[in-house]
Amino acid sequence: MQKQLKEIRMLAEKEIAGSKSEQEIETLRIKYLGKKGCLTDVLKQMAKLSAEERPLIGKMANQVRTFIEEMIEKRNRGIKKITQEERLRAEKIDVTLPGKCRKLGTKHPITTVLEEIEEVFIGMGFNIVEGPEIELDYYNFEALNIPKNHPARDEKDTFYITDTMLLRTETSTVQVRTMEKASPPIRIISPGRVYRVDEVDATHSPIFHQIEGLVVDKNVTFADLKGTLEKFVEKFYGASAAVRFRPHYFPFTEPSAEMDIRCFHCQGSGCKICKGEGWIEILGCGMVHRKVFENCKINPQIYSGFAFALGLERLVMYKYSIKDIRFFYENDVRFLKQF
Amino acid sequence: MILSMKWLKEFVDIDISAKEFAEAMTMSGLKIGKYELEGQNIENVIVGRVSFIEKHPNAERLFVCLIDTGKEEKIQIITGAKNLLIEDLVPVALHGSTLADGTKIKKGKIRGLESNGMLCSLGELGLTLNDFPYAVEDGIFVLQEECALGQDIRDAIGLNDVKLEFELTSNRPDCFSVIGVAREAAATLKKEFKTHEPVLHIKNEENFKQIDVCVEDKELCPVYCAAVVKDVNIGPSPRFIREKLRAMGVRSINNIVDITNYVMLEYGQPLHAFDLNFLKENEITVRRAVPGEQIITLDKIKRNLSKHDLIIADKLQPIAIAGVMGGKFSGVQEDTKCIVLESANFKADSVRSTSRAHALRTESSYRFEKGLDSQNCVLALKRAIELIEHLNAGKLAYPLIIKDYTEKAEVKIKFCPDWINNFLGTKISEEKMREILERLDCKFEKDRIVVPSYRNDLREMADIAEEIARFYGYNNISSTFHSGCSGGFYTKRQKFNRKISDCLIALGLNEIITFSFFSPKSYDKILLPENDGLRNSVKILNPLGEDSCIMRTTALPSMLEVLSKNYNNQNSEANLFEIAKEYTPCDVNYLPNEKNTLVAGFYGKYMDFFAAKGILEEFLKYFGLECEVKAEASPSFHPGRCANVQVKLKKIGVIGEIHPEVCENYGIDDRVYVFSIDLDALWEDAVFDKFYRELPKFPAVKRDLALVCDLDMPFDELRKVIKRKAGDLLEEVELFDLYVGDQVLDGKKSLAFRLTLRSSNSTLKEDEINRVVEKIIKELKKIDVVLRE
Repeated sequence: MQKQLKEIRMLAEKEIAGSKSEQEIETLRIKYLGKKGCLTDVLKQMAKLSAEERPLIGKMANQVRTFIEEMIEKRNRGIKKITQEERLRAEKIDVTLPGKCRKLGTKHPITTVLEEIEEVFIGMGFNIVEGPEIELDYYNFEALNIPKNHPARDEKDTFYITDTMLLRTETSTVQVRTMEKASPPIRIISPGRVYRVDEVDATHSPIFHQIEGLVVDKNVTFADLKGTLEKFVEKFYGASAAVRFRPHYFPFTEPSAEMDIRCFHCQGSGCKICKGEGWIEILGCGMVHRKVFENCKINPQIYSGFAFALGLERLVMYKYSIKDIRFFYENDVRFLKQF
Repeated sequence: MILSMKWLKEFVDIDISAKEFAEAMTMSGLKIGKYELEGQNIENVIVGRVSFIEKHPNAERLFVCLIDTGKEEKIQIITGAKNLLIEDLVPVALHGSTLADGTKIKKGKIRGLESNGMLCSLGELGLTLNDFPYAVEDGIFVLQEECALGQDIRDAIGLNDVKLEFELTSNRPDCFSVIGVAREAAATLKKEFKTHEPVLHIKNEENFKQIDVCVEDKELCPVYCAAVVKDVNIGPSPRFIREKLRAMGVRSINNIVDITNYVMLEYGQPLHAFDLNFLKENEITVRRAVPGEQIITLDKIKRNLSKHDLIIADKLQPIAIAGVMGGKFSGVQEDTKCIVLESANFKADSVRSTSRAHALRTESSYRFEKGLDSQNCVLALKRAIELIEHLNAGKLAYPLIIKDYTEKAEVKIKFCPDWINNFLGTKISEEKMREILERLDCKFEKDRIVVPSYRNDLREMADIAEEIARFYGYNNISSTFHSGCSGGFYTKRQKFNRKISDCLIALGLNEIITFSFFSPKSYDKILLPENDGLRNSVKILNPLGEDSCIMRTTALPSMLEVLSKNYNNQNSEANLFEIAKEYTPCDVNYLPNEKNTLVAGFYGKYMDFFAAKGILEEFLKYFGLECEVKAEASPSFHPGRCANVQVKLKKIGVIGEIHPEVCENYGIDDRVYVFSIDLDALWEDAVFDKFYRELPKFPAVKRDLALVCDLDMPFDELRKVIKRKAGDLLEEVELFDLYVGDQVLDGKKSLAFRLTLRSSNSTLKEDEINRVVEKIIKELKKIDVVLRE
């Protein structure tokens, strides 16, 4: 019987080593270890053995069983690895083929820049207030110290709805509406659409966007106006941007100024973009006029304030080097997808 | 306004370059946008003398000239001009020279003979007969100027001024003149302003009949001055006048007209000259026109006058529209012998409204409209007479007639250095402030500032603060940051708007911005019925054109316009959205309603109704809302592919495929899908707060149901029955197959649902599941929906 067991062990070792698939191994397992397998056959003959021989043969038979089991497991692992390697080899892909995903949409460049600006001012403690686009003459002109027949009315070229109603020419209207309702301290910006009678061309549009700002409190000074706007430029354009303030005239502010930034294209030496001036005007500003305060029932003896207004389209055009304002309103997807 | 640097220099020493001057003036408040050197293109053109001239041996019409340019060797030049004589002084463009228009001149051979340059006409120097009336139009410019051989032509004829282009603001009418700008320049450069007091030689001639001036409307005409000039001798103006007029862009006409223009430019005070011959009864009345009166103005247009127009009239009829334009018949002619020169002050508002009413803007009205200094009239008139006498163009017949009805109260403003420093945030000394104000011609009376009469923009302390700031230098004021603030935040509604675009961008849409006005025809293009309420729009009284004359009541046409544009630009697909305003009229006394709407529009091969609906569903889900749609026709849409959108049983929008006829109207040969949502309504129902729900502990069970129903039975009805009957156990119901064809009866369709059932407190048992499914099937049978066999 010992001889029989040795033969089984040898034969099994040979056959398992030569097996090529998991099924083959399973067949071999049944052949050697199954209920009707070789090893079982041998064990069935145990009864015939003497009491001395029985434990010895039993032990040996168990060793053979363990040996075969280990052989099978080892072989199984080997085959599994080979099959997996084969599969992985077969599954190689061209990783440079294009990805598949619904494309993200885009914000309009005007919205993107507007939000950037809003965030800068929110950071400086401003709130955002909006107002109607179709306005009363009073809020657009009268309250802003531009009475009927004022020369500044001519320059505005306003779209009228009725004698007293118009399409606002600036978002300064919101200044007045805010001051009528709220009491100082006031710190707001007011973005929105404005309208002017201008034929459409590369740099003009009858509809465009403006951001108006207003600060009213005790002891607000012209130096504060400068500080706030310089901070805005620093945050929006970066610390290297240089600004200058020039005297100007607006009926609703006194003193008034325009703020220029050094041309980012030529750094001030003069080029086509800045029309040789080395500077680009980006906003108008000034100390709120006494009459505007009085129109809003705010006491100019106690409070002072400043206001500013900037045109969004121009800023966006400079930022992205867009030469023609019409692109904003044509909305060609090839344009929109760039932002 | 364009100003001559040479002229400015007569009043103030400017010893810096044009660039530096432009910079300095810009920073003190009179912005110089551009400046241009006259004749800057001209190079290498010099004065020469014709020393020999003969016919070209090989050409009938050409001449051979030898030109003396002061050098030993004479230059041979061939010319076609016939107006040359020996000894004539002419502009010579040498070999390698450049003309006014940039043309380069090189030597060459003309019919076998060498020509070493070119003799120039006026045009080739960029000039016209108005600049040099003694020259000929089509020939060589023969100079009658004091000049030297070889001299640069620009210096020889005074074509060397710098033209400064000022961008003036409307609060400074005093600066619309050479003197006004010179005063500012003097203050800016800290130089002396050289005033000029005109000198007149007045002789009172007894025998000359005086004119009577009667100002009826003293409010609209507070000052009226006139001078009568006799022995008028009309002729060309001398060079110093022509040169300056040219630099400032004014055409030279004759000495009298030129002088009125010259004084207007110099003093900023418009003058007007009438021929005394045409003044009936030697009488001038300043009055409002009587309805029915007419005048033919200098531009030969007959104008009907109204009672709002201030006019200058003689005994019989109007002779000028005050401050705007003179009448044709009384204008200065070649043979005029006696003139009346008018220098008056007319009220700005009146001139502006008259100028507007007659659509007539002149240099004169342009200045009056801004409000002129009434104290300037006499001075300007004296200056004109001085020039007339200087040019021997006439003689003053008798002393000036001066009607001045102004109250000559000086404007005084309290001087408060502390207030100014507090307002500006500066620490400027009182002394420095005084120095600045004195430079600006302000006087001091104790603690009061006396403002010069021409500065009608200085009325209160803030105005004075601006003067201090601008001459102290805006950029010399140290910046500060105002403290004390309560924090800045987006409001919830503003965040809502941001979320809308963030969500749609994540869903692959591009944001657009469109105009809020359009043509009334847009409503026809989207097939809006004639009586549709949306056609009632806010109208613009003075639109740019018919196609932009109403404010939109729906943003749909704006979206279609953009889709059309993209389609025509051959973009294969477009997925767009706009957060648009729509404007609906209210009662006349109220502002129109401005409604916020979301419009999304799509075309392209990946798009169909359900792709659009999927986007809408995701969008509404983002705001915590379930999208319910109900088929409902709408004029602009495909009648079988359109639905209203509801949330919480409230209609908030529409979704559908655009009607093929509408697509055709917009030139789109593709299917277009649109949805629009009323954002004000959405805002009311949107859910912003999120709540955590525990993850399920027990397993889910899936059951498939294949159902057969009538072809036109909406999916949604089946879904609702399933939902209702399954109750809380139903986690999800999904449609995984829809079949119409041979396997089912005609007029029927098969829908395959997959139900996910789950209980939150136990593992579902088989009989529980079966009970639910049976309940559903039983209920479905009531609406003729059966299990597929």
